[in-house]
Parts: sequence; C-alpha cells; structure tokens
Amino acid sequence: MAKIISKINTRSQDFLDNAAHMQTQVDDLREKLSEIKLGGGERSRERHLSRGKLLPRDRVNALLDDGSAFLEFSQLAAYKVYDDNVPSAGIITGIGRVGGQECVIVANDATVKGGTYYPLTVKKHLRAQAIAQENNLPCIYLVDSGGANLPNQDNVFPDKEHFGRIFFNQANMSANNIPQIAVVMGSCTAGGAYVPAMADESIIVKEQGTIFLAGPPLVKAATGEIVSAEDLGGADVHCRTSGVTDHYAQNDHHALEIARNAVENLNRVKPINVNFQQVLEPEYSSADIYGIIPKDTRQPYDVREVIARIVDGSNFEEFKALYGNTLVCGFARIFGYPVGIVANNGVLFGESAEKGAHFIQLCAQRKIPLVFLQNITGFMVGKQYESGGIAKHGAKMVTAVATAQVPKFTILIGGSFGAGNYGMCGRAYDPRFLFMWPNARISVMGGEQAAGVMAQVTRDKKEKLGESWSEAEEQKFKQPIIDDYEHQGHPYYASARLWDDGIIDPADTRQVLGLAISASLNKPIEETKFGIFRM
Amino acid sequence: MFSKILIANRGEIACRIIKTAKQMGILTVAVYSDADKDALHVHMADEAVYIGPSPSRESYLLGDKVIAAAKQTGAQAIHPGYGFLSENADFCRSCTAEDIVFIGPPVAAIEAMGSKSAAKNIMAKANVPLVPGYHGDDQSRDIIKKAADDMGYPVLLKATAGGGGKGMRQVWNEGEFDEALAAAKREAMSSFGDDTMLVEKYLTQPRHVEIQVFCDNHENAVYLFERDCSVQRRHQKVIEEAPAFSMSEELRAEMGESAIKSAQAIGYQGAGTVEFLLDVDGSFYFMEMNTRLQVEHPVTEMISGQDLVEWQLRVAAGELLPKTQEQLVITGHAFEARIYAEDPNNDFLPATGKLSLLKTPIESKHVRIDTGVRQGDEVSVYYDPMIAKLIVWDENREKALQRLAKALSEYRINGVVTNIDFLYNLATSAPFKAADIDTSFIEKNHDLIFHKDKKPLVNELPIAALFLILSKENKAKQQAQKSNDPHSPWYNANAWRLNEANLHTLILAHNDTEYTVTVEQKRQGNDAYYAMDINGEKFDCQGEVLTTPLNDDTIVATINGHRSQTTFNHVENTISLYRANGVFNFTHISPDCGQQGNDDNHGGLTAPMNGTMVSVLVKPGEQVSKDQPLVIMEAMKMEHTIKAPSSGTIDEIFFQVGDMVDGGAELLAFTEQTNTSENSE
Repeated sequence: MAKIISKINTRSQDFLDNAAHMQTQVDDLREKLSEIKLGGGERSRERHLSRGKLLPRDRVNALLDDGSAFLEFSQLAAYKVYDDNVPSAGIITGIGRVGGQECVIVANDATVKGGTYYPLTVKKHLRAQAIAQENNLPCIYLVDSGGANLPNQDNVFPDKEHFGRIFFNQANMSANNIPQIAVVMGSCTAGGAYVPAMADESIIVKEQGTIFLAGPPLVKAATGEIVSAEDLGGADVHCRTSGVTDHYAQNDHHALEIARNAVENLNRVKPINVNFQQVLEPEYSSADIYGIIPKDTRQPYDVREVIARIVDGSNFEEFKALYGNTLVCGFARIFGYPVGIVANNGVLFGESAEKGAHFIQLCAQRKIPLVFLQNITGFMVGKQYESGGIAKHGAKMVTAVATAQVPKFTILIGGSFGAGNYGMCGRAYDPRFLFMWPNARISVMGGEQAAGVMAQVTRDKKEKLGESWSEAEEQKFKQPIIDDYEHQGHPYYASARLWDDGIIDPADTRQVLGLAISASLNKPIEETKFGIFRM
Repeated sequence: MFSKILIANRGEIACRIIKTAKQMGILTVAVYSDADKDALHVHMADEAVYIGPSPSRESYLLGDKVIAAAKQTGAQAIHPGYGFLSENADFCRSCTAEDIVFIGPPVAAIEAMGSKSAAKNIMAKANVPLVPGYHGDDQSRDIIKKAADDMGYPVLLKATAGGGGKGMRQVWNEGEFDEALAAAKREAMSSFGDDTMLVEKYLTQPRHVEIQVFCDNHENAVYLFERDCSVQRRHQKVIEEAPAFSMSEELRAEMGESAIKSAQAIGYQGAGTVEFLLDVDGSFYFMEMNTRLQVEHPVTEMISGQDLVEWQLRVAAGELLPKTQEQLVITGHAFEARIYAEDPNNDFLPATGKLSLLKTPIESKHVRIDTGVRQGDEVSVYYDPMIAKLIVWDENREKALQRLAKALSEYRINGVVTNIDFLYNLATSAPFKAADIDTSFIEKNHDLIFHKDKKPLVNELPIAALFLILSKENKAKQQAQKSNDPHSPWYNANAWRLNEANLHTLILAHNDTEYTVTVEQKRQGNDAYYAMDINGEKFDCQGEVLTTPLNDDTIVATINGHRSQTTFNHVENTISLYRANGVFNFTHISPDCGQQGNDDNHGGLTAPMNGTMVSVLVKPGEQVSKDQPLVIMEAMKMEHTIKAPSSGTIDEIFFQVGDMVDGGAELLAFTEQTNTSENSE
C-alpha cells in the first residue's frame, strides 16, 4: 500500500505558530470542559454525595468494564443557551464497553437542576438513542431525574421530538432487540417513571431509587393521602409488590454490577463483516496536526498531511489522484478497519464532485465505512461552472452521500459552508457520528461572504433610491453580520445546540474514529440503493 | 536385592522411596486409604493395596493390614518411611515374624531409643556427652551447688515437679546461686508443695545439629555429616541446612564419631540420626536418636551426592555400605524448606482445601522438590499438611540461600493458605543470611519475619499498581482475542476519555493502610507509560509482565528511571511482591457493593469448614430458641458450635456423629419461626 510521505517541517516557524494557535484553542476547550464536567454546583454535589450516591461520572466509570474507553457525546450541550447554567444539559451520554459489549449509556446528572429535562436535555437523550438505534447498541439508562423541566414544558413535552419520543424509542428499540436496561438510582418521577417501566430489565437501588407517576406532594394535593417517597415507590415496593423493577440493589456500585451482569447475559455477537487487519500506528505523530492546520483559515494546506496522521501506518491508496484533485479520495485503515476517506483539498469543482460520487459508490458497493474530513467553503461558483453543470455534479455527490448505507463518519476539520456541507455528509446526511475540531466553523456561508452579499443587496437598494452609502457606513453595516456569523458558526455555539456529537481535540481524531467505527459495526452493513444520478 | 518392596507410607516420602526403587529396578507396592485412592504415590507405584478408611489409625497405622498387603503382593520388604509405623517396634517384630524385611534398624535399637531417659542412660554408659545435670535425691545445698560449679555457669535450676516456668531460675554465676536456689525452692513449694530441685547446664544459644549415620550388618558405620535444624517453631523444623555453618573439621569429626558411638551402643543398622544440642563454645550434648530416615534427609543427599534410600535398601538386603568414611566428602551447601498448608499469621493453624493451583519452580541440579501432591489434589484433615519439601543446592551457603529465596518466590499455590511467604521472609531476613541462628531464632526475630516492623515502602506501591494496570490490559487483550473483533480499540484498557486525562484509580491496602493511586495513562501500546500519584508523590512508571512460559510471574518495572524485576503472585485481590528484603502484600480494594443476600435466608445451616461431626444436640421436629447450640463440629483440633440463628424448628439433620463434613455443606434444615401470634394464643 502507498505510504504518505509527509512534507511538513516540524521546526518551521509556521508550524510552531500554528501549533501554538491550535494549542490555545484546545486549552480553552479543556478549561471550559473541566468546569462543565463537575456538573452542578459544589453544594448540590455535596448534597448528592452525602446521600450515599455516586456522582454521575463516577457511576459511568463504575459501570464500564475495567479500563474501557468512554466516547462521550456533546459535552458542551446547552453551553450558554439558557439563562440557567445547565452543564452538559444535565445528562451524560456516550458509548462504553459494558460486560464486553459496546453500549450507549445515558446518565442523568441530578446535581444539575435535579436532573430535569431542558429542551436540549431531551435532544441529547434522543440523539443518544438515535446513535443506539443506528448502530444497534444496547442502552443503559442511569436514571436520577425529576422529569420534565416545568418552566420549559412547552419546548419539552408536546412535539414529536420531545419527551414522549424517549419511550417511543425504547419500545421500538426493544422491538428490534436492542436491549433497554434501566438502573433507577434516584427519582424517576412522572414521565420519567416510564424509563424503567419501558425497559427490558430494570434495577433499583434501595433507599435511593423511587418510581412513581406522581410524587408525594402531588398525591397529597390530589387525594389527601400522605405517604413517604420510599413507601410510594421505593425499591421494596417495586421489587416485591408492584413488579415495576426486576433487581434489588444495595447501593450504586451493586446496581451497576447487576447492570453489567445483565449485559453479559444478552447473548449478543458483534456481526463483524469487514476484512479487518492488525492495527498499525501512523508513521507520524497525531500531535503534528496542531502545526499543520494554518492559523489563517484561508491559507491552503495539503489534507493528506492530516490523513497521514490518522490512518494505520500512514498508508493511503488514493483513488483518481490526478483527477478532480480538490477532493482527496482513497482507501486506508483505521484501527485495522477498512475505510474510504473523502477529504477536501480546496473548493469543489464539477470533477471533484463526480469523483466523490464515484468513490462513495465504490465504498457502498464494497461495504467500506466512509470517513469525511470536511474543510469546505462550497462548490465553485461563476458562469463557467454553472454552465458546466456544477449543480448537477454536486447533486450526484449529494445523492451518493445521502443514500449510501455504509456507516459514515464526519469530522469538521475546518470550514463547513453552504452546499459543501451537504456533499461532505453534514448533520442532515445522517453520519453515524459527527465531530468538530475547535478551529472549525459552520454556517450557510462564510461571515465575510454573508456580510458582502447583504451589503451588496443593501447597496443596490440604496442606489435604486438614489441614496449614497459610504465605505465606512458599509463597513459598520457588515461588522455585526461578520460577528454574528463568527459567533454562531463557532464550534461551541454549534455543539451547545447539538449540531454535532461533540468537539474533539484534533490529536484524538484517530482514537475517536476508531471507537466510532468499531461501535458502528455492531450493525450489519446494509445494501445501498442509490437514487437517480443526474447525468 | 529385593525384587519387590512395599511402602507403608503416603505423600512425599512414599513417592521419594518409589523413585529410588524404580531406578534400582525394584517393583513397588503402595498402600492407600479412602482419602488417598487417587493420590500421587498410588499412581507412581506398580501396585497399590487399599488398607482402610481415611483416618490413619484405621489405615496407615494398622501394621496387620500393611503386612497382609505385603504378603498378598509378594513384597519381600517393607519401607516404613517416617512417621506412622517407622519407629514401631511391634510392627518391626511382626515383619520379622512374617519373614518380611523391615527396612530399618533391628527391634532392639528401636526399643532402646524409644524411651528418652533409657536412651540417655545407654548413651552415658557409652561416653556420649549428655547435657550435664544433677537429678539426685540428695537435696543438700552443697551437693547441688557443687554440681552447678562442676558443670559451669550458667545453669538452670528446675523444680522436678515443675512446669510452666514455676520454680525455675537461671543462674548466671556462682554469686547468684544461693539467692536463686532459695527463691526457686520457695516458689516450687508454694506452687507444687514439693521443693525438690534438679540442676542442668543452661545453654543460652543452643543449636540443633544432627548427624546422619549409617550402619550395615557387617559392623561398618559411617556418618554422612551434619544438618543444622535450629530454625524451629514449637519443635517443628522449618528450614534445615547442611552442612552446619561455622563447623570446624575437628568438631564435625568429633560429633560424627560420637554419633557412630551412639549407634553402635545400640547395635544399630540402617539409617539413623543422632540429634545433638550444640553450644556456642563447641560443646555438644546428645538429645535423642531417630531410628528412621528423617524428613530433612535430602539436604544430606545434596551435599554428599548419595541416595540415602538406595543405601537403606542395600543395607537392608545385607549389602555392605556403598562408601567408606574416607570416600565421603561434602560438596557445596543445601537448604530444605518445608512447605506447609498452614497459616503463619493465625498461629500456624493447619489449613485444608483443594490445591487449585500448584506451580513449582523448575527442578534442576540446584532445585529439587519432594512432593506427594499434584495440582487439583486435596490437602485433607487426615494427614500432615505438608505440601512439599523444597531443596536447593549451590556451592556455598550464600549462593544456596539466594537460590532458596528465588525458588520460594516462584512457588505458586492457590486454594489453601501456605507458609511460603513466611519462609521467604525468613530466608531473606538479615539474621538468617548472617547465620545468626539458634533454636529460638523464630521467637527472637518474630517481628522481622512477620513484618511487624512495617518495612518502609520504596517502589512497591507503584509496582503493585502498575501490575494491576498491566493485568487489566492483558485481561482485555485476552477478551479481545476471544472476540470476533480482536483489534477493536474498545478492548484497549486505557481508560480513554474525551478531552480529559485518561485516569485509572486504584485503591490498594498494605499493612492496614489504604492508598489511593491515581494513574494517568500517558501513552498506550508499546511505549505506554503511566504517571502515578500516591498521596502527592509522583512516580513515572513503565513496565511489562513477562509472558514467557518459564517466567510468567515476573514484572519488569521502571519506576522513575529505576528498572527492576520483581516476582509476584496474584490471587484474587491480593498481590504479593517478592522483594530482596521480604514479601510485600497488597490488597486491591474493590468497590463496596453493600450487604447482599441478607434477606434471602434459604433456611439451612452450613458447615463453617471441613471437619468431623462430634455431637448432634437436637432432633428433627424439635423447637429451638435463638442461639441454642444445635450441633458441634470438630475441625483443626478445635470445636465449633453451630447455633440456631433464630427461634424455629429443626426439620432434618443431614449428618451423624463421626461423619466427615465438607466446609459449606448444609448441616441441617431449619425453619425460622414466623412472627405470627399463633404461639402466644
């Protein structure tokens, strides 16, 4: 197999400047996350611990097989979205190995607003379930939640993709033999009561877990009956009398051990049907990526340098290397799994798009997972290109991406603008996972371009009315637009709203992809039926 | 020479004898009890005869059955081994009567040495030195004082009626004598109503040195040098060595000659051992003579190059001794450590159980293992719980001792508690290395050997933590290999986390202190390294657990740049590191999963350990109250009373008095009384 020979000089000033710039962004991310990962405030954490409960991240750690990785999703969910501070949207989701099996874990964080569901909490929960569904992964819910966040009920309760969908998903996943296991480690009130009730198997912690449709205050208000939470819906009630739960746990650790045992008894076999090989580390250090990505986003660089630092042995068998070379396509392996890589190396032309469509067809035919490294300002514009059929060429690539049934993985390593986002498997194209680098930007077009377009429209309008518009006035008009785009196109803004599955350190790209590809292979790769390609 | 012999023994000594017999082309017959029907000695022998139930008094101690077995199989001679019938004069006599050769001394010699006081009289007559003493009836002060003066101080004054240290005084010089005698007499009178005193030479640092002798039926006798068996606990030998340290050629010859004299005084034939107390000044005193092959005979074999069992067989067959005294030379130094199923931390309580893992060091010219068990065998309550004898040899004491420590560290036994760590600590202790040894060695160095001194931890904690991390990785790797996705990164046990350090947290307990070890995985794969934090102290660690078949229990660890190899043992949650200065034990604390199953009482009562039912105090149908004794079991020479956990009814009793009960077996069915008001009405 062909090896990529790096041309990067890791001692050059550019490299060092770039590296320092990326380091700043990664440091900023880590710093923000270190705060977020604490969950609720110190007081609520202490209160939680004083009840003999484990903090949610410790619960996840205790649930996982010893030493297992945890591929966490959307750590920045709800970041600066609400007036309230809701770290990680009050819910921890991710994939980890439990009982030898990759599982989706959904853990409420009761230290954040009592674990209640904000709109983005619902969205994050549903996204985790979607990941489970798409990748055929058992779900383990570590429930400790007061249910819907009442002040936000209009954005939590009524719509299709709202609270009710959680149980709809549980029922349908169960129907498809995607096991649903619930561990009740705190409150499961009202709607939340259905998580354990709808689960295939449920575990409850004595003197901690409670399940009821209405809590003691509501019962008292409704019927005058005075009853303690424990007597109303504690472990004894549900394990001995009601049968709502199946396993009685002495404490959190015990409950998580039971959950692990339950997974071991699922009798699942991973249906691996790809030709995997021994893993090879890349020839070049993944840390080099910091210095490869230019500080100035407009400055071009060869994306093969990034590929060389992600794939096994830096081996890359390029497809149509001499044709449509603003799109790099080729075969490689990541952690021994075969992948087809589609990476931007400049603006998309008609040929690049056709090449991309062809390559995606190859991968779909051969059932090879696809990795998109997205750094795209868009498709080429102008008379020559429109008349050359750039729209239909682009459409071919979009059709191929949209209908390819192989697992797709998208990493936003730079810009993600306009229709380029579609052709390169943006969120709307159902990649199994989508992650962003901290330097990435996402918007319908670049801030400068958007401001330019809007300024041009305004200037035309003014000129029609015979008004004048000075350069300074135009600049003043453009700046807030540029600022808005920068703000809304920033990964934090995007990740807070779950436009992605999280922001990752570029140096972790290989690791993240390896875990994600491996997890995706729990679902057999299906046959692809492409749509009509406009010729 | 005999064509077929019977071995009236079991365990390692039976196997040992069979081995030599085989080499000599002699057929062997084993005998066995119920407990031993599948034992190693039975498998090794050409034939085996069942001789009765498991308790030795119903099998191995029954001379008639053994002789019948010999006659049935046509064995011409019986080797009694040690213990059991080996020093039983009646048995010896019966053999002779049945025209079977008893491989051992003549009856008269056994009888002569059977009584210790009679033996001493014989030896006194033969001018063999005895511990000087005065046991006379004349209790006048002057007579006793003269005896003391004659034997030289220090002396020990003892009440003849005495015991428990009462009426006993050490006298260090002449000036102390009168006061001590008066005090001892007073105490003896008030304690026993009898102030008769005896006086004996007091040996302050006696060593137990014994001489191996051999006599044939043609009036030849040789000694095969000495063994030092000073390291003892309650008269049980722990580690023996040969030759004895700081032994001059003159003293050796003197003691050897004396031992031969002792043997000849009783017309000895075959292998015998004359035990002496050796004082610091080189004086030695006869203690007793063992008229059999000793447990520790291998150390003599290792330094003399002779096979003592072969000698026994030849002598018994009437041949001459294979070597003359002049032909016998000492080559190198040998140690023997007795590996027992016992708990040194619980007063050496014997242990029983199944040897679920038994892995010995590799045998070589340096390492010899005499054993009668295999992996999977049971150490039962019926017999001596010795698992094996580990014997090492090298050209000098220092080298041999190093071999002993290494071999001990390589011995792996799971399923029963053993004294291996205790032996290791003993063998690696400074005074043992320095041969600062007398019969009170273990008492004197108790704290050192039992690690009561809490040796400071150097790198042991990070090594133990590193070991756990590496085993976690290996376990995950093995799981990966079994799976159909063997290269999946989900099987890397690197605790990878997104956008944060990859941390492993371990809690390790050592000497009742818990340590939380935070381990950051810095890299993975071949150049993985781990940054550990233990109470603020930082350790950079790298390492691997060797996986070669010969070396699968060694960890190579580089801690802050210091690379070293450590042998370890890992059983359940315990990690033992065998370091140059002793064993370090760590317990890996797992998360507390609470009290489980407490509300699922199945109503039965189970045996706390293997043992015998000695008393059944209730009958089926009987109503009992809480804590009422129900049955009594005996195990390990201690009685255990099983009491009612609550008020209730006995439904059925599954064992009778005398039955052997396995630990965990349900003893009786019991129904707890439900708290209804039926009874109170």
